[in-house]
Amino acid sequence: MKFFEDIRVGETSDIGRHTFSVEDIKSFAARFDPQPFHLDEAAGADSHFGALCASGWHTVCVWIRLLILYRRREDDERRVRGEAVAQLGPSPGFRDLQWLKPVYVGDTISYGTEVIEARPLNSRPGWGLILLRNTGVNQRGETVIAFVSSAFVERRA
Amino acid sequence: MPRLHWEDFSPGQVTKCGSRVVTRAEIVAFAAEYDPQPMHLDEHAARATLMGGLVASGWHSCCILMRMLTDSLLHDASFMGAPGVDEVKWLAPVRPGDRVTARATVLDTRASRSRPNVGFVKFRFELLDTSGRTVMVLIVSPMFGRRSEDNLQGTRGTPVRA
Repeated sequence: MKFFEDIRVGETSDIGRHTFSVEDIKSFAARFDPQPFHLDEAAGADSHFGALCASGWHTVCVWIRLLILYRRREDDERRVRGEAVAQLGPSPGFRDLQWLKPVYVGDTISYGTEVIEARPLNSRPGWGLILLRNTGVNQRGETVIAFVSSAFVERRA
Repeated sequence: MPRLHWEDFSPGQVTKCGSRVVTRAEIVAFAAEYDPQPMHLDEHAARATLMGGLVASGWHSCCILMRMLTDSLLHDASFMGAPGVDEVKWLAPVRPGDRVTARATVLDTRASRSRPNVGFVKFRFELLDTSGRTVMVLIVSPMFGRRSEDNLQGTRGTPVRA
């Protein structure tokens, strides 16, 4: 992770993509969001979604995985260059999450982030808070998910 | 035929939605699959983080709450998913062995303008610890089928957003 001081509002990152298989969709839904339209093709076809589709929570959980793996790759490169790596702290929450379109079997979602705010925290010396606007776009160019996440990031000592 | 429809919800209703213990094994398994950060994966590494020990991923808490709500409230309702989430606040960590209780409070209800067979119910969903402290808040307005339209027939193929 970059140190808080090195993060600029407006920075964007393409963090990766994921193709949602039928096994993947049903496995997530069976554990965390067992609605008929996430579990069964016939129930999905009979629903307002028109076909089996991924849980919205599944589409955000894939986002966090891709973001963590993206930052891990960046941190590995920093260590190779001999640079210090900042600690990523916990998140106080997120807001304005929109599930704009269903994610169907076989859809490939590309995820991106943009820094929209960065401010030091008076309450936690040594830490700053960043806000990210995150999006997921399917293979047809349609935005399927958008939300604003937040996280504490370590400041330079 | 589900028991609960949009008409059955009204502002001020509070429903207990179950209680369960969150185990170390499930915290680590979720983190390994979706949120592989040291504070969620490994007790020793987690001690060096701001959290001071192993804690569940906040996204895992969302999934735990979603499952508890489904098992207690939504499985018997004409639930149609949600177009989004207004806000989630992770107020306190969930640690291995913690017992959490889910609570649903209806804030508001409104009929869909574009679809006469659908209505929205705005909820404040919470996870509470054993002392009654709120550890997570989720503000969301899911869609439910309306009783007057009998069931969800006729909604097929219409846009997901209202």
